[in-house]
Amino acid sequence: MTTRVLSLTQAEDAMNVGQYGTSKSTPKKPSRPDDDLSKPRWDEVSVSTIVPKMRTEDLHAYFGQSEVLKGISLPIAEKQVTAIIGPSGCGKSTFVRCLNRMHEVVPGARATGRVLLDAQDIYQPDVDAVRVRRRVGMVFQKPNPFPTMSIRDNVLAGLRLNGERPDDPDAIVEKMLHRVALWDEVKDILGRAGTGLSGGQQQRLCIARSLALEPEVLLMDEPCSALDPIATARVEELIHELRKSYTIVIVTHNMQQAARVANFTAFFYLGKLVEHDRTDVIFTRPKEMRTEDYITGRFG
Amino acid sequence: MARHTDREYEAELEALRERVLLMGARVEELVTLAMRSYVERSVDLARSTIELDRNVDQLELDIDELALQILARRQPVASDLRFITTTLKLVTDLERIGDLGVNICERVAELGADRAPNPHDPIPRLADVAVGMVRDALDAFVAGDAFKAEQVVDRDKIVDSYYAQLFPELLPRMMSDPGVVLESTRLLSIGKCLERLADHATNIAEMVVFMVKGQDVRHSG
Repeated sequence: MTTRVLSLTQAEDAMNVGQYGTSKSTPKKPSRPDDDLSKPRWDEVSVSTIVPKMRTEDLHAYFGQSEVLKGISLPIAEKQVTAIIGPSGCGKSTFVRCLNRMHEVVPGARATGRVLLDAQDIYQPDVDAVRVRRRVGMVFQKPNPFPTMSIRDNVLAGLRLNGERPDDPDAIVEKMLHRVALWDEVKDILGRAGTGLSGGQQQRLCIARSLALEPEVLLMDEPCSALDPIATARVEELIHELRKSYTIVIVTHNMQQAARVANFTAFFYLGKLVEHDRTDVIFTRPKEMRTEDYITGRFG
Repeated sequence: MARHTDREYEAELEALRERVLLMGARVEELVTLAMRSYVERSVDLARSTIELDRNVDQLELDIDELALQILARRQPVASDLRFITTTLKLVTDLERIGDLGVNICERVAELGADRAPNPHDPIPRLADVAVGMVRDALDAFVAGDAFKAEQVVDRDKIVDSYYAQLFPELLPRMMSDPGVVLESTRLLSIGKCLERLADHATNIAEMVVFMVKGQDVRHSG
């Protein structure tokens, strides 16, 4: 246990040196919850004592007349990974798209109920959806680097689209590419097109692009479904790392992936939340028969 | 419970379940015959019963292999995972029960056919409870009956108390008649086997509770 914590700290120190290249660097970050041995580990925490970063309350979502989410109330634990699983059409993608107001971008789509980010309801009329999306970033199923942009410009694209002119863009590029463990692979080809990278590298580049906006929550909609097992393992390893700094929600069809990366798992079926619990509980002794049937492959 | 969408997977789990049931039936038969050889003082029956253990051992290997394959290929979860992990542990207890049955047979063979009748023999009542626990633990596994399994766990106390009485009951005879000392130590050994056998039945019953309820009841009593 001690060794693990030590090695993470060392990795972080190494990363900081890489980021800023000098010893003065930034003030030391406060230690992460994972490193604090006095706090209970995530797997000793009960679902009822979740400290939520986000929370939905009676969330309904519609496409025209069709109700896709039928009253979802779900806390999203802070600096933990929450996986949303369920069969196609259960509303899991719609759910995460409601968490950063991407749902309403689709014509005819609307949502009712409350979605709280910290204490603020992001659906209040005075809330700027663009600001919400900065705080709640998103990574999509298919890696989608901007095809006409270099790797470097892809990392900065989100910032520029938000009208920002960072003082030291190169430092941001390096920092973000380090954060997604892509730096060593691309540091010499930053000027090349992002689309020239492998699928797994492209996806990590897209994650870097999201992280450049310094979000607090990261939504990942099937981030590995287009990736091979090695690339998938890299992204999953990255998720373990990112969990220390970000609140992560991952939608996945791959239940083993949910079992591997998530601290909490929510099972959706026909637009409803069937069960939400610690991942180990869901995969060893779920309470609901529908969860059991789905995860064991006894569905329809 | 509904069937798996993948029928091959369903068939693999069913095959595993059938193997465990077969092994359970064989072990139950072995210990039942072991006790019959004791009651009937049949050295022949004791010797032939020992042979059954080979089949039990082979089934243990088959079950381990099948369970390992399912784990590797299907990544089972929830009740399937509990069933398979339970199976893997359960067979080691079953195998031990078989071995204890063999030990009983060996003692019966040593006792020989011309042992003096003892109307107050404490072994049969101990065997009734212990072998009954094995039978009921296996029935509880087959039926997924956690209540029945919990009752098996409770009965271990009865076996323990009968076993505790065994030595005090045999001691006066041994003191008055040194000729029965050797026989008595063999009876004690059979009693110990039965007591251990009941412990393994208790283990199986506790695993059944876990398999059915997802709740670990070991080391709580």
